[in-house]
Amino acid sequence: MAQSKWMRGDVVSGAVLAALGAYIISEARGWEYSTQEGPGPGFFPMWYGVAMLVLALVLMVKSAMQPDSGKPVAWSGVARALSVWAVFAIGMGLLKVLGFLLVFALMTLFVVAVMYERPLKVAFAAAIGNAVGFYLLFGLALRLELPVGPLGF
Amino acid sequence: MEVLTSLGHGFAVAFQPLNLFWCFAGVFLGTVVGVMPGLGPAATIAMLLPLTFNMPPTSAVIMLAGIYYGAKYGGSTTAILLNVPGESASVVTCLDGYQMARNGRAGAALGIAAISSFIAGTVGVIGLMLLAPPLAKFALSFSSPEYFALMAMGLAMVVLLAGDSMIKALLAMLVGLWIASMGIDLFSDASRFTFGQTEMLDGVDFVIVAIGVFALGEVLGNMEKRGEGTMLPVPKGLRNLLPTMAELKACRFAFLNGSIIGFVIGVLPGAGSTIASFISYGVEKAVSKHPEKFGTGVPEGVAAPEGANNSETGGALVPLLTLGIPGSGTTAILLAAFILWGLRPGPLMIQDNPELFWGLVASMYVGNIMLLVLNLPLIPLFAQILKLREYILYPIIFGISVVGVFAVSASLFDCWMLAAFALLGYAMRRLDYPTAPLILGLVLGDSMERALRQSLMMSQGDLGILVSRPISATMLFLAVALLCLPLFRRANTWRLKALEENG
Repeated sequence: MAQSKWMRGDVVSGAVLAALGAYIISEARGWEYSTQEGPGPGFFPMWYGVAMLVLALVLMVKSAMQPDSGKPVAWSGVARALSVWAVFAIGMGLLKVLGFLLVFALMTLFVVAVMYERPLKVAFAAAIGNAVGFYLLFGLALRLELPVGPLGF
Repeated sequence: MEVLTSLGHGFAVAFQPLNLFWCFAGVFLGTVVGVMPGLGPAATIAMLLPLTFNMPPTSAVIMLAGIYYGAKYGGSTTAILLNVPGESASVVTCLDGYQMARNGRAGAALGIAAISSFIAGTVGVIGLMLLAPPLAKFALSFSSPEYFALMAMGLAMVVLLAGDSMIKALLAMLVGLWIASMGIDLFSDASRFTFGQTEMLDGVDFVIVAIGVFALGEVLGNMEKRGEGTMLPVPKGLRNLLPTMAELKACRFAFLNGSIIGFVIGVLPGAGSTIASFISYGVEKAVSKHPEKFGTGVPEGVAAPEGANNSETGGALVPLLTLGIPGSGTTAILLAAFILWGLRPGPLMIQDNPELFWGLVASMYVGNIMLLVLNLPLIPLFAQILKLREYILYPIIFGISVVGVFAVSASLFDCWMLAAFALLGYAMRRLDYPTAPLILGLVLGDSMERALRQSLMMSQGDLGILVSRPISATMLFLAVALLCLPLFRRANTWRLKALEENG
């Protein structure tokens, strides 16, 4: 099925970047463009904001005018990548509560057991091995500070 | 002749058993630190500084300098194997180094990085030895307009880093400039793009963006496919793990280019090894017979930035030792160390402390050889990392990335930002936006804005100051020429097409 030209990646990303350009310009307008000493804090963002807006609009128009490349998007692959990202992002949110080692072990468990569909005993071994290895290398040998949760690790 | 006599005395100092030991300790620690993302040489030198108070100053400076240039060697390892830049200047090495690893040439890439680092590191030391005083004077002639022009030339390199779409490359660079301007504006105290977060007042650390966009974006992209084999091919046998003669021959110019560009940019305070590696990569691509292959895993794409990165160390010591001006965070800490030991770097440094200066120069020759001997045999060992299964390796990359980011600031907020930049990196890959221009904009944005505003303050708003000074005018001309390069290429393609049709 042919994709609507307004839903193409370049058009959508161009629209997002045009919105970002407009946001940068509107913020820059709130800061002084020039002061008695010289350019103010709004000077530089104003210029690159304008450049971003113009280039993003050019990208949108150029992409919309081109014929469809016909390359289908592998949405199942995108869903796989985004689910890993979501687990990682949740893990970062839980660092304060669970601490790095537990979050890292759970993340490994998810990747091995769910994403790569390996047996649970392999997943648990990988999770525990990774967490212990990181603790020995970074925590003990290199004495690097790792995020610690209320559980003490 | 006087230089050779002085160097001979320097070697006598460097070969003292105690100094040899500290030199080895420094380069070894530096290599370890370089491999670790987030833990840079500046932090390591700062941590170890108190331990050197009871050491003879010459031994101490030999060790701390060893950490400095040793870290440059180590930084390439994770960049090549995992696409995780160990330190900021290794970002450019990711572009072709990681692609070489994907093509089964990880060992060769590591070997080229080590050899290039050795050659360029040695060239840097020779430059430090022979050219220190005149180059220091040249660096002093650089003022804000010249720095702005240098940064503009660096940004113009985006032309050479762009993939299929120049517009996308420019947009990625502008996003980099936007990220670079987040935080407090040093001229006016205005907080810009901080979204009301106090953690953002200091801006966004380069390491977070580089690791998120390069390493995690790549991992997320790879995880789209449901695979469970080994990640990357690793050839068997030491001979197949090291670079071939043909690869080394292809890198001849890159070794030279990286060495010279790295040293010259290193001499300029504030320019830094990241811009040196970007510029040398750009020059290498511009003069290459096959520029279209850059980014797919060509050895020159590893040799040039790695050389520039290492040669920059020798250059950065020129203004530090001869003028007392630190050009980077690491050299600023080294300056503090000199002052704590009761030494005063400046024009009289070589005259007043010949043992220390020449001992340091000679130890850098020795240290570079130590690094080569230390790193080449480790290549087969490092390459084994690639034999790990994807489902083991990918969580390890996530873990190293978090540890690296947390090591910089001990801030959980930075870990959340890492997640955000990982998503950005993945989206950029998915939508065919090149990632290197974003890093280029981020690295140069802050310095460029500062130089431009200082220039316009100097001239009371007259932009003419940027073109009325010969050095800045020349560099701006080169920047404009670089930006026009795609237009020339396109015009040439049209011309050839027209000739074919007519003929």
